[in-house]
Amino acid sequence: MTTKTKAKPANEATAPRMMTGAQIVVEALREQGVSVMFGYPGGAVLPIYDALYGQDAIRHILVRHEQGAGHAAEGYARSTGKCGVALVTSGPGATNMVTPITDALMDSIPMVVITGQVPTHLIGTDAFQECDTTGITRSCAKHNYLVTDVTQLARIIHEAFYVATTGRPGPVVIDIPKDIQFATGPYVGKDGIFKPTYVPQRIPKADAIRAAAELMTKAGRPIFYTGGGVINSGPRASEKLRELQELTGFPVTSTLMGLGAFPASHPDWLGMLGMHGSFEANNAMHDCDLMICVGARFDDRVTGRIDAFSPRSRKIHIDIDASSINKIVRVDVPVVADCAEALDALITEIKALKRKMPDLTAWRDQIDTWRARRCFTYANSAEVIKPQYAVERLYALTKDRNTYITTEVGQHQMWAAQFYHFEEPNRWMTSGGLGTMGYGLPAAVGVQSAHPDALVIDIAGEASIQMMMQELSTAVQHKLPVKVFILNNEWMGMVRQWQELLHGERYSHSYSESLPDFVMLAKALGGHGIRCDKPEDLDARILEMIDHPGPVLFDCRVERAENCLPMIPSGSAHNQMILGEITGNEVGEAGRKLV
Amino acid sequence: MTDAPKPIGGNGNGPKSAYFLSHADQAIERRTLAVLVDNEPGVLARVVGLFSGRGYNIDSLTVAEVDASQHRSRITIVTQGTAHILEQIEAQLLRIVPVAEVIDITNSKTGIERELALVKVAGTGEKRVEALRIAEIFRAHVIDTTNESFIFEVTGASEKLTQFVDLMRPLGLVEVSRTGVLSIKRGKEKG
Repeated sequence: MTTKTKAKPANEATAPRMMTGAQIVVEALREQGVSVMFGYPGGAVLPIYDALYGQDAIRHILVRHEQGAGHAAEGYARSTGKCGVALVTSGPGATNMVTPITDALMDSIPMVVITGQVPTHLIGTDAFQECDTTGITRSCAKHNYLVTDVTQLARIIHEAFYVATTGRPGPVVIDIPKDIQFATGPYVGKDGIFKPTYVPQRIPKADAIRAAAELMTKAGRPIFYTGGGVINSGPRASEKLRELQELTGFPVTSTLMGLGAFPASHPDWLGMLGMHGSFEANNAMHDCDLMICVGARFDDRVTGRIDAFSPRSRKIHIDIDASSINKIVRVDVPVVADCAEALDALITEIKALKRKMPDLTAWRDQIDTWRARRCFTYANSAEVIKPQYAVERLYALTKDRNTYITTEVGQHQMWAAQFYHFEEPNRWMTSGGLGTMGYGLPAAVGVQSAHPDALVIDIAGEASIQMMMQELSTAVQHKLPVKVFILNNEWMGMVRQWQELLHGERYSHSYSESLPDFVMLAKALGGHGIRCDKPEDLDARILEMIDHPGPVLFDCRVERAENCLPMIPSGSAHNQMILGEITGNEVGEAGRKLV
Repeated sequence: MTDAPKPIGGNGNGPKSAYFLSHADQAIERRTLAVLVDNEPGVLARVVGLFSGRGYNIDSLTVAEVDASQHRSRITIVTQGTAHILEQIEAQLLRIVPVAEVIDITNSKTGIERELALVKVAGTGEKRVEALRIAEIFRAHVIDTTNESFIFEVTGASEKLTQFVDLMRPLGLVEVSRTGVLSIKRGKEKG
């Protein structure tokens, strides 16, 4: 192993403690403050599992599928701000982790994944349960390591945590051959870990902040466009965002990933932007004269048609990852920095300018006319539960509790984003970048393990939940009382919606045939099942779910053909939203080719 | 609401999205980048994988360890793209954890690029004499010879090597091996 990271023994006066590789793993995790990890044993990680046996510093949550361990680690990380940890075996254990690793990369979630590997002398021989883990995960992890020398193991683990949690966070994979787990080597502590080639730029450049402040004090139609970076930066970034907003009075919108950084109850909150965002947020983005993008990356779900994206605005982009800047949209003022540091510097700079902030009355009036469209209005029904109504009631009955929400991917996810409102960061866990169906339940398991007394709800669809529903068994085993609130419309709703929109209502393979009886399924797995199909029963059933002390599968039968609106169809601009009904001719030829 | 889109990549006609945000109407430039990396296992795969994964071009690639004590390797990559793509390539390279530095040799003004080629030419009589004469003009060394063949070693800018190879073609060119471009900056400063 050739690298220049320097690691000193914790106490130079004494000789380093010698221990086996497996013990080094457990000791390093303990020193990193890991109290919960998620995993699944197998031949190539048995020594590490042996080292975990009988110790109580680290709680190990046994999942039912390795992918579940990865998403649980993500959920844990996102709800705590700490690094998630997963431990799996070689071969299929590692390949099953590829989806959560990619998910964590796309959503910038700090995660350390330890995979077992066949013994060093068998690497490259197509041994049983061998795969090229570092090769497979190279493009989907922030960084990865194959440990070939036990003397480097402790340092690599500490370095992995450092890389995973600093800069733009992400997943780091450590592949440890079985012979290295058995071999004896020195333990080194985490102090002094330093990687000269990896130096994230946390502090913004003064001239960039000055230029940004200059624009901000002169804007007539400004908007904050914030993203997951504000959450990832830590609670201080959310505080600074609120402080800067207070100082400027600018309206705020956020990506799916950034919900909670700014309170949804605030009068200047515009709601989420993007494909299923609010009419006011998208129109404000389109018509603004100054966009302050904080920790977001101009994703295609957000921008819509790129050459019609916010055509008349100056753009400030704060991002800790320099490659995000000018990648999709050209910006006027790039600020490479940690969000909290940049926001703090902006507050100081704007205060120092001692200028009267611009009058935003006309801009606010304009925004109010967009708001008045009440874009999330839906036709409620007394006979059938509308999915929007279900989320609205869930929100009303849980908002005053200590609640965390996870989701799967699809229509229910967008309804959750539209109708569930967040006041605080780290309360909302959803697979944004990769869009992983099956994310929500294991993520909820991870969240609940970090917050045992909280109410953790996975807002799910009946199709998504079937991708990882075995993890309810994990929740039962580990006494994690997660609630799965399934908006069951018997369709892969978003697929069905796109088929209606783009493919002439030819619903190819999007009907959820042969659905399980979710109530009986919950019972079979050791949880509690609830079914509701009448609007008048909904509140009582939701309260039953909340009051049940264990895991619950809630089969909420909703309107089958409901579409998720408003919507910016593919290839359209922010000011070309579909508000009412889908007619089938919204999308042009070019838009049909997009996803 | 009137809409006056300011074209970014295209001419403003027809819908555009990030998916087909084309920079095709921008000039394609050729760029030589020196990438200094920690010589750790897999580092070359990371760099090359970045190019294939994000759809960038590699025209030439050379790599070798240049400082054993520092475990430092130097990768010289010749690539092509629009100014926007080239800017992204640099930024994406710097995201790779073991990448220490990316030097834009082409735009540095003091950059020097050199390549080495081994060129096998077989022939007799007048053609053989002519090959040797041209080799002298190019200051190529003969590093192997038989009664019917030469192997020339020639260094210089890539264009010079290409020109040499082209001249050898009618004279019995058998085989060419080229190192790809190496780069360094003039002057006493490092990097």
